Amino acid sequence: MGRKAEYSEKQKKGPGRKARKQGPPSFPKKSFAPLEDEDKKLTHRQKQRMVKREQKKVVQKAKLKEKRAQQPRKQKKYNSDSEPEDEVANQQAGSSEEEVPQLVPIKKQKLNGTAATNSKSKKQQKPSKPESDEEPEDEYDESDNELDADSDDQEEVDGEEEEMEELDGEEASDDDDDDEAQVGKLDDLFADDDDDEEEAGSEEDASSDDEDGSDDDEDDDDENDEKLPIELANKKLKKRLAKEAKMADEEMQMTVDQSEVFQLPEPGEEFDAEMSLQDVQQRIKDITQVLTDFAKYRQEGRSRSEYVDQLRRDLCLYYSYNEFLMEKLMDIFKLSDLLEYLEASEVARPLTIRTNSLKTRRRDLAGALINRGVNLDPLGKWTNVGLVIFNSTVPLGATPEYLAGHYMIQGASSMLPVIALAPQENERVLDMCSAPGGKGSHIAAVMKNTGVLFANDSNRDRIKAVVANFHRLGIVNAVVSCEDATKFRNIMTGFDRVLLDAPCTGTGVVSKDPSVKTTKSEIDVQRCYNLQRKLLLTAIDCVDAKSSTGGYIVYSTCSVLPEENEWVVDYALKKRNVKLVPLGIDFGEPGFTKFRQHRYHPSLNLSKRFYPHTNNMDGFYVAKLKKFSNTIPITKEEQEADEKQLDEAIAAEEPEASKATDNEEDKEEGQEAVQDAPRKTLGKRAGKPTLTDVEQDLKKKKLEQSKTKYVAKVFEKPVKVPKKPKEDKPTPAAPETATNGKKSEKQSKKVEQPEAQNNGQSPSKKTPPQPKPATKLTEKLAKAKRVDVDEVPLLEGKPIKKQNNLKNKSKQIGQLKKSKPMAGKKQKFKK
Amino acid sequence: MKRLTEERTKVLFEKLAKYIGSNVQQLIDRPDGTYCFREHKDRVYYVSERILKLSECFGYKQLVCVGTCFGKFSKTNKLKFHITALYYLAPYAQYKVWVKPSFEQQYLYGNHIPKSGLGRITENAGQYQGVVVFSMNDLALGFGVLARSTTECKTADPLTTVCFHQSDIGEYIRAEDSLF
Repeated sequence: MGRKAEYSEKQKKGPGRKARKQGPPSFPKKSFAPLEDEDKKLTHRQKQRMVKREQKKVVQKAKLKEKRAQQPRKQKKYNSDSEPEDEVANQQAGSSEEEVPQLVPIKKQKLNGTAATNSKSKKQQKPSKPESDEEPEDEYDESDNELDADSDDQEEVDGEEEEMEELDGEEASDDDDDDEAQVGKLDDLFADDDDDEEEAGSEEDASSDDEDGSDDDEDDDDENDEKLPIELANKKLKKRLAKEAKMADEEMQMTVDQSEVFQLPEPGEEFDAEMSLQDVQQRIKDITQVLTDFAKYRQEGRSRSEYVDQLRRDLCLYYSYNEFLMEKLMDIFKLSDLLEYLEASEVARPLTIRTNSLKTRRRDLAGALINRGVNLDPLGKWTNVGLVIFNSTVPLGATPEYLAGHYMIQGASSMLPVIALAPQENERVLDMCSAPGGKGSHIAAVMKNTGVLFANDSNRDRIKAVVANFHRLGIVNAVVSCEDATKFRNIMTGFDRVLLDAPCTGTGVVSKDPSVKTTKSEIDVQRCYNLQRKLLLTAIDCVDAKSSTGGYIVYSTCSVLPEENEWVVDYALKKRNVKLVPLGIDFGEPGFTKFRQHRYHPSLNLSKRFYPHTNNMDGFYVAKLKKFSNTIPITKEEQEADEKQLDEAIAAEEPEASKATDNEEDKEEGQEAVQDAPRKTLGKRAGKPTLTDVEQDLKKKKLEQSKTKYVAKVFEKPVKVPKKPKEDKPTPAAPETATNGKKSEKQSKKVEQPEAQNNGQSPSKKTPPQPKPATKLTEKLAKAKRVDVDEVPLLEGKPIKKQNNLKNKSKQIGQLKKSKPMAGKKQKFKK
Repeated sequence: MKRLTEERTKVLFEKLAKYIGSNVQQLIDRPDGTYCFREHKDRVYYVSERILKLSECFGYKQLVCVGTCFGKFSKTNKLKFHITALYYLAPYAQYKVWVKPSFEQQYLYGNHIPKSGLGRITENAGQYQGVVVFSMNDLALGFGVLARSTTECKTADPLTTVCFHQSDIGEYIRAEDSLF
């Protein structure tokens, strides 16, 4: 009742418990070396004999030497005399080895047909029975057997002799000791020894011409005659094995030789049509081998690049990547790593969950889940909240524990950025691109619901997941917002830590989303890294370097491309006062400091890369930056130029996106200008195709100016013109500014507020009545405008409260309203 | 984020009192700073004033959520609690209902609790009393109102509903889109 049984560990009970158990059968090792441990199995008597034999041997040897000096070789007939004795000994030795007696009859039947062939050996055959040496008839039968075996042997008797001879040597002496079995004669003994010698000679022969054992066969027969059939069979088997091994070796050598001459298909050849995947795989292997030792295996007249090209095509075909991505991967990985990486990318990573330390402990959660039939284990030593799931009988995304917020399904790699960020309690932390909230909730859990966590994501659909997850996991210190992260510095700064898990091409999570393999192109990567640079700069700007506990930024992507990782961080190192610091994670590969033609900052080796094939987690990159000064090393102008450059890059790559951003700007500008809004957008849309760079600039600057308008003083403009001459159109700038100044003076007479951007604005509003001169005017004014705009950064130096935007805007509306009629007046006046 | 009107405040606290009774006090007077209820897009959020202040930087449209969402006001000023309120309701609940493990899953799919699924119930709960539903191992699963008083429950036959379902944690999956 209620015993908690552990069946796995308990021994079986049963009737056989007390009985002595029979051990598992042991088989002799298949080795070609002579069996050394023979004496272990010797019977007591055999041992005794052995000792005697050893003693005699010494004596004999001495005698032998004497004899040899006197006598030449013994004749063959002596041999025949000596054989039986040999035989007996053989058998004894043989019986000491474990044997399979059943084999004998089978052999008999099988080999009888070939028996008669070797007449010579027949004559030599002698009784070969272990115990009863006295019965010649019996022996005859036996000898037949042996014979058969021998004849069978003849095909394969190769390197065998050595062993046999060794044995023979022993056996020969053995016989002599065996007094009961025979009457020892000194002559015989000598004959024996001589025989041994002869055999030794033949052995040498055999070893000399190993390949064709045919001439040795006869000699072999002599020896084989003396052995038990089973023993012979055993020998045969060994021989065969040896031969097979040899052949295998040869074959391997052959293949090596073949690969040496691996033929790279001609450039024009069309192979792919009839090639199967196996063929492609084989070719990948071949080329890989060629490339590992190019000098050795290369085909004459083919360059390395040809091989590499072919390999890339094959890899693309086999793993269904597109050429661009494969090329990148080949640049990143060594050849051996590449194949491993590609293989690892094909299989899914293990499912991992993160314990929500706000609601439960890992041990409790593990217990609860095990009760539901989930097989799990702690995930690595580097985390105390991760669990890896091996298999589960219930859907993990719908258990009551999941719904109650005890855990979050999250990849192992997703925990790394938060571990690197190491948020402290009571800090203000920003997660810039937070959806679906896995890392964000992890941060909150580490902070134990203290401080404030700002979770932002620009995608309104995905932000719902963040809210749901935060509520489910019981996070109460979070502010969830849906802002464009690149503009976050305008909203709030002064964070202690910022986590930027930037949107990326996702080349590290191919196993999750295989479409990445084929869909990503150069342009996608470019778009990503431009956006990432912008985001990272924003993230750095948001951090307060003077924070007592923090001042850290963690940048992470799930991509393996250096363009999206090291390059972006390197860019930020140049543009902001930040430095790389160690992550506090002791595994993963160091980031690249150089990649192809690029040379990154040497400290980039402090960042870490994680790969599926080495760490068994998604391909991931994490870098931790510390901001050491709030000042921005580059000037405002450069900064703006950079911004512009990035914006343009993004816009160029993504025309529709640029439209979107434009619209956003419009919105910001004219959100509250309700009555103006429709007309404005209409006008813009109509004018969109003809928008020049200048005009686009204009818009952006306008926007910024609108914020700074209150501090800007129009009258300072002319003074600052020489400071910043624009390289594009220097000549018109000067007169324009003059007019500008005049105009603004006029305006300022009428309206108290200086109208920097209205100068540009006003002509466009005049357009309907007088199109031609108006457009001219716009152009001129646009040029003039640029000069104005360039001063904005200088003016920006004065204190501006970003949060006053709204007020600014509303005032701006007011101005717009006022400026309209005024513009009309102006025109009239000009006329 | 705006303050609740007088009327809505009243509705809110009446509703809260249904589930946690006098423990409402504990939501207001907290040792760890001032907490307050705020309304944003008809939803009621309960948040620390410190965080509230910081959230003021965001525009009306951009701000999605601050602190914990308790529920949503309908156009007729009726308040419906969301499952997200469970985080505060569960620890302060005065009347509780425990469901049997066999009925757990059923409840998470949005079913009312019949007598047969009832594992345990707080004494002295009257009819239509707001209760928080727990599993037998004290995992908060949701909340609802009693269809029968405790005494009636004891005599009810197995198939009669003893507790009406109002909200359960299965909604995190079922109704993620409509909740926020």
